Amino acid sequence: MSFLSLTEQDREQMLETIGIDSVDELFAQIPPAVRLGRTLDLEPALSEPELVAHLGELASRNTDTGREVSFLGAGIYDHYVPAVVDAILARGELLTAYTPYQPEMSQGLLQAIFEYQTAICELTGMDVSNASGYDGTTVAADACYVAKHATGRSKVVLAETLNPQVRQVVKTYAPGFRLDVVEVPHRDGTIDPDELQAAAGDAACVIFQQPNFFGCLEPAADLAAAASGAGALAVAHVDPVSLGVLEAPGAYGCALAIGEGQSAGNYQSYGGPHYGFFAARSEFIRRMPGRISGETVDTDGERGFVLTLQTREQHIRREKATSNITTNQTLLALAGLIHLSWLGPQGLRELGEICLALSHYAKERLGEAGLELVFPEKTTFKEFAVHVGRPAKDAIRAARSAGVHPGYALGRDYSGLDDALLVAVTERRTPEEIDRLVEALAA
Amino acid sequence: MKLVYEKSESGRRASSLPQPGLPLPEIPEELRRSRPPRLPEISEPELVRHFTALADRTFGVDTGFYPLGSCTMKHNPRVNERVVNLPGFRDVHPLQEEDASQGALELMWRLQEILAEIVGLAAVSLQPAAGSQGELTGLLLMRAYFADRGENERRREIVIPDTAHGTNPASVTMAGYEVVGVRTDPRGNVDLEELRGKVGPQTAGLMLTNPSTLGLFDEGIEEITRIFHEAGALMYYDGANLNAICGISRPGDFGFDIVHFNLHKTFSQPHGGGGPGGGPIAVRERLEPFLPVPAVVRDGDVFRLDYERPRSIGKVRGFCGPFGVFVRSYAYIRSFGPALKEMSEVAVLNANYLLARLKDAYELPFDRFCMHEFVLSGRRLKREHGVTTLDVAKRLMDYGFHPPTIYFPLIVPEALMVEPTETEAKETLDAFADAMLAIAREAAEQPEVLKKAPHARPVKRLDEVRAAKRPIVRYRFEEHEEPYGAGEPRQLEAQKGA
Repeated sequence: MSFLSLTEQDREQMLETIGIDSVDELFAQIPPAVRLGRTLDLEPALSEPELVAHLGELASRNTDTGREVSFLGAGIYDHYVPAVVDAILARGELLTAYTPYQPEMSQGLLQAIFEYQTAICELTGMDVSNASGYDGTTVAADACYVAKHATGRSKVVLAETLNPQVRQVVKTYAPGFRLDVVEVPHRDGTIDPDELQAAAGDAACVIFQQPNFFGCLEPAADLAAAASGAGALAVAHVDPVSLGVLEAPGAYGCALAIGEGQSAGNYQSYGGPHYGFFAARSEFIRRMPGRISGETVDTDGERGFVLTLQTREQHIRREKATSNITTNQTLLALAGLIHLSWLGPQGLRELGEICLALSHYAKERLGEAGLELVFPEKTTFKEFAVHVGRPAKDAIRAARSAGVHPGYALGRDYSGLDDALLVAVTERRTPEEIDRLVEALAA
Repeated sequence: MKLVYEKSESGRRASSLPQPGLPLPEIPEELRRSRPPRLPEISEPELVRHFTALADRTFGVDTGFYPLGSCTMKHNPRVNERVVNLPGFRDVHPLQEEDASQGALELMWRLQEILAEIVGLAAVSLQPAAGSQGELTGLLLMRAYFADRGENERRREIVIPDTAHGTNPASVTMAGYEVVGVRTDPRGNVDLEELRGKVGPQTAGLMLTNPSTLGLFDEGIEEITRIFHEAGALMYYDGANLNAICGISRPGDFGFDIVHFNLHKTFSQPHGGGGPGGGPIAVRERLEPFLPVPAVVRDGDVFRLDYERPRSIGKVRGFCGPFGVFVRSYAYIRSFGPALKEMSEVAVLNANYLLARLKDAYELPFDRFCMHEFVLSGRRLKREHGVTTLDVAKRLMDYGFHPPTIYFPLIVPEALMVEPTETEAKETLDAFADAMLAIAREAAEQPEVLKKAPHARPVKRLDEVRAAKRPIVRYRFEEHEEPYGAGEPRQLEAQKGA
């Protein structure tokens, strides 16, 4: 392999400096009984061209969205990633640096994180954002941990219209956090604020999603008021690309705003790596999980940036830390910042409007073709649920044979919706492609 | 340098988007955005220059030597970036059907098999997003395992040595367990006598990093295993330092039940300024039923996702985990093949060479050969010249090196933790050693130079106390001049026409 840099002569000189005859002597501290007395049973090494060929062969056995027109969403979306994102992420300084523990070495990175935090605060209407969490699921668990300590309560309420994977992750973390998890069912596609308030009685937080998993717009302000009215923190799980057209969680009374960042700047990548974002009102700043970049000055009085509020963190506070997170998703969050900067406020709004217009067109065309929406009364953003008149998986199979992936089978997560598809329409779809979808589903 | 928001001018933009020419449906007013987010308004040329300038003010492994102890800052092969960007990996949806994802599933299955072989355990879940999430997942597995055996109420404690990373105790708390600390003995091993007194029927498990954060392999590992196995407790191996022992020794063979990997350390996922990482876990057979869902399994020639695991702890992250990280790490391991052992041997050789060159000028608290990293103490420089380890670190910047990890592990005063990795050339190691020796001389001759360092970076030494005391964690538009007015909703349409 070519990733090592020592020559034979180097090795001999180094052994001599150390004062030993062979590298084996360095491993004498490992008791003989726990040494592996054989070679690892791994396949032979591949040269670079062989490696590219092997991985190319594996990649060729995945159907990418260039080969099948995709209306699949359910949390991960086929949005356009601008070329500037790829170009800047390929810069080796940004790609191969690590957490900026030494700020004078990493001013560019710390400034980028500060700019990212600002963008997330602006999108969500919040005061503070961290440098990123793992994804849209784990930031929900983080929110529960913050809420538990902020309120002293040990129950969390999840809307049934919150992404099922997010709910599953919260439930996995809950026993460790000593939290009970309660779910509030949807009523015709959205959550009823009165029902939510009743459930939130002794809850630390309430998490709902806007737009929700079905694509429907929740009565977000009423849900936030219901949570706050019960003394629970209102937490909105939001889609960043919706926030040019939809109201910011900070403007409708949420304490925390979280979400999956993939829509802004990341490829689908079979589910990751992506980034989760976590933003809060200023009163929660010292309870935040993860890294935070803060502004300061150097000894000349010039502006600079450092990792700040580190006394929250595990390397200082150990078992009393606000979270165990260290490595987060900085590079993916940087991609998000670049994408949002590329869009600007006008571009972000246009992007939302394009998704809105295209998905509305899809709903209308499917309706004309005789398909019924699952929640016809509800306003939707870029995604909606539709009955396909047969088991959804059959409809998917048929549509795929026509080169279209028509969406996600909702019956995987919701009983009674076995004939329903969740259809996502991004700016990458065209009216012609939507016509193909309609044709495939009406067939 | 200016922030991207300070380069913003109303009416500029970089993006162009399709215009489908369809009617725009109404959003009810109460749900509609009332005030646009103040995102940057910048043209593409300015955007590229801005982020290029940020890259210029950042130091990565590509820039130079980055011996940040415990972080394994090795070279990131560029072929891995090429393959991860193949459309068949990059543009694939995680919920698409298994017949359309066979290449992805096979890659994950193969990586699971490889990781199991490297640590000598039975089953692997790739799902955790980073090492600390692997830790939490491992602890949740312990809970589930003991709950299954009816011992969960009794086993409340996790034993952690004082050299452990802070993530270990933080994860223990998040998993609802209590931390029990154990000290390090004068040779740098876990103090066995103290350990015996702290392990009993109340013990759920041990979390051990081996080699430890001192860069030392625990010579008492067989006795440690005996103590925990006799107590019926589980053993968790923190794989932060796995780079030292691949192909040489396997945690599964020396008694560990659960291991996490740091794919961004050992297997060269680029660190990305703080992530992404990957934190797969490997477990012994008896813990396999509790692993997260879905499991990636092979049925003959077909690969599929198995959700039917009734005793599973659930999910710890979305989908199957950070797939792009798996592609890079799989590619890295396949580039070595069975010669992976050489990776670890050279990592250990490089570290010992640097140690040999530095141990007279700096104090070595545990005088043994090290593994892949070592910890020096700057105590003597502080006592004799009033120069701290922080000063040494800042001065290293002037010589063109990223400083080592400092002030960790906590048990070594004025600690400098150096991990060169296997990818560095002897010339680089020599240049770094020369710089460290020169700095030790400077400490005696002109300590002021160190105390005011760095002198050659874009900023001078930064005031971290001020940042924490009065946190400014986002750009405050209202405290700066235009382009943004104070709180007035802007008329986007009007600007568009202007």
